[in-house]
Amino acid sequence: MQSKGETMKIYADNAATTKPTKKVIETLMHYTEQVFGNPSSLYTTGQIAKDALEDARERIAKHIGCMPNELYFTSGGSESDNQAIMSAAQNGLKNGKNKIISSTFEHHAVLHVLENLGKQGFEIVLLPVYEDGIVRVEDLENAIDDKTALVTIMTANNEIGTIQPIKQLGEVCKRHNVVFHTDAVQAVGHLPINVKEQNIDMLSLSAHKFHGPKGIGALYVKKGISLQSLIGGGAQERRKRAGTENVPGIMAMAAALDEALENLDNKMAYVANLRDSLQKELSKIPYSKVNGNLDNRLPGILNICFEGVEGEAMLLYTDDAGISVSSGSACTSGDLDPSHVLLAIGLPHEIAHGSMRISLCDKNTMEEIEYIAQNVPKVIERLRIMSPIWKDLQEGKKEHVI
Amino acid sequence: MLYSEKVFDHFRFPRNMGEIADADAIGEVGNAKCGDIMRIYLKIDNEVITDIKFQTFGCGSAIAASSMATEMVKGKRLDEALQVTNKAVVEALDGLPKNKVHCSVLVEEAIKEAINNYRKSQENKAE
Repeated sequence: MQSKGETMKIYADNAATTKPTKKVIETLMHYTEQVFGNPSSLYTTGQIAKDALEDARERIAKHIGCMPNELYFTSGGSESDNQAIMSAAQNGLKNGKNKIISSTFEHHAVLHVLENLGKQGFEIVLLPVYEDGIVRVEDLENAIDDKTALVTIMTANNEIGTIQPIKQLGEVCKRHNVVFHTDAVQAVGHLPINVKEQNIDMLSLSAHKFHGPKGIGALYVKKGISLQSLIGGGAQERRKRAGTENVPGIMAMAAALDEALENLDNKMAYVANLRDSLQKELSKIPYSKVNGNLDNRLPGILNICFEGVEGEAMLLYTDDAGISVSSGSACTSGDLDPSHVLLAIGLPHEIAHGSMRISLCDKNTMEEIEYIAQNVPKVIERLRIMSPIWKDLQEGKKEHVI
Repeated sequence: MLYSEKVFDHFRFPRNMGEIADADAIGEVGNAKCGDIMRIYLKIDNEVITDIKFQTFGCGSAIAASSMATEMVKGKRLDEALQVTNKAVVEALDGLPKNKVHCSVLVEEAIKEAINNYRKSQENKAE
């Protein structure tokens, strides 16, 4: 227990990365120390590692509802997205299909690949996500045609947390015989996922988003879809991903997912309750606005904008108070435009600059939420006093946008 | 670390922050769209900046650069103040990350804008 006035240390940026659990670290240690063999080696030390690897593959496959031989280990979400999209694009070209449908607020690991494919002659259609941050099934229905090689829509957005109607989008793809990929990096370990039930043909996941280690992830590819390798080399991962397998990482990823999905319903309810309590408190700050559909969000994500303040300054002051959160302001992204996600949901630039994303997990406590709720208003107040925009808003020289 | 200790110091404890109700001149640059607005208030007596305050909407380095620049020009003659470059502000802050240098450019522009506005108002008075 911390006494009043003392600084707490609170990690509330779980959409950026998560803290590995004790079990994950132990698993990493164990497989680094004890099971160091190369799974491609034929002697026992290698074959023990190989067996472990296949055990992990089976467990993870089961968790997302696919067959073990439909799962490929990669270095993480970005690699999985790249490989899925480039493979589907090449497969499409062979059949005279050169159109790819996605959405305006995908992760850059998707958008930048699509941009490159656009330069190579693919027609890229980005569906709108509207003010609530949700893709409409009708829009996909209208955009999809016999030229479409791939539809790629994220399961849940990384900044505002909105959950997409994956099953219905997948159903449209199925009907049109189009490959459906989803970047589920924010969703796996946080929501129930079943690729068969949700009509998903390809899915990207990343271990460090569910308390696993960094640098390890996986790509699910439905049997029958041809996958191209991005990395030339050995015959690992059924010739689709060269490079000696990261056995400790893979084992720790499997352990992390086992843990994350244990009592998932209870965890989701617990985290949503923390998030809702915080949302209630922070919404009391005048001229604030919660972003994204409120009923269809990842349980842990709260994205909120405060008028008249800038995000980077906001997160540096919250950091001083011991709280780690993130912002979609330009200054945090390194260019002059604020987050493409916030612009995609129609927020004006000046509001998007003042966004704060708080992403919680089941390790956060109500005591931490109370501390955040006490400190964030102080930070906003402090920055508003400094802000010429806030002064103009107060004096009526400028109109409120929120 | 992203920022130097100096930057953090000026960001955490900004000097000359606020407004001057009866300012002799005000300069404002930037826009909310790109994420930085700086407003400089000057009190001027006999060509000397006797008081200066700033208000800034912007990132940590924008606030720190505003704070540092106001300290550097306070008490200076206007012609001396005009010689204070963004480079000098960056150096005084022990450097800024490359993509934040524009914050120091903005504050130099804001001070120049305020001084220019002062000159214009003086000319108008003379007429």
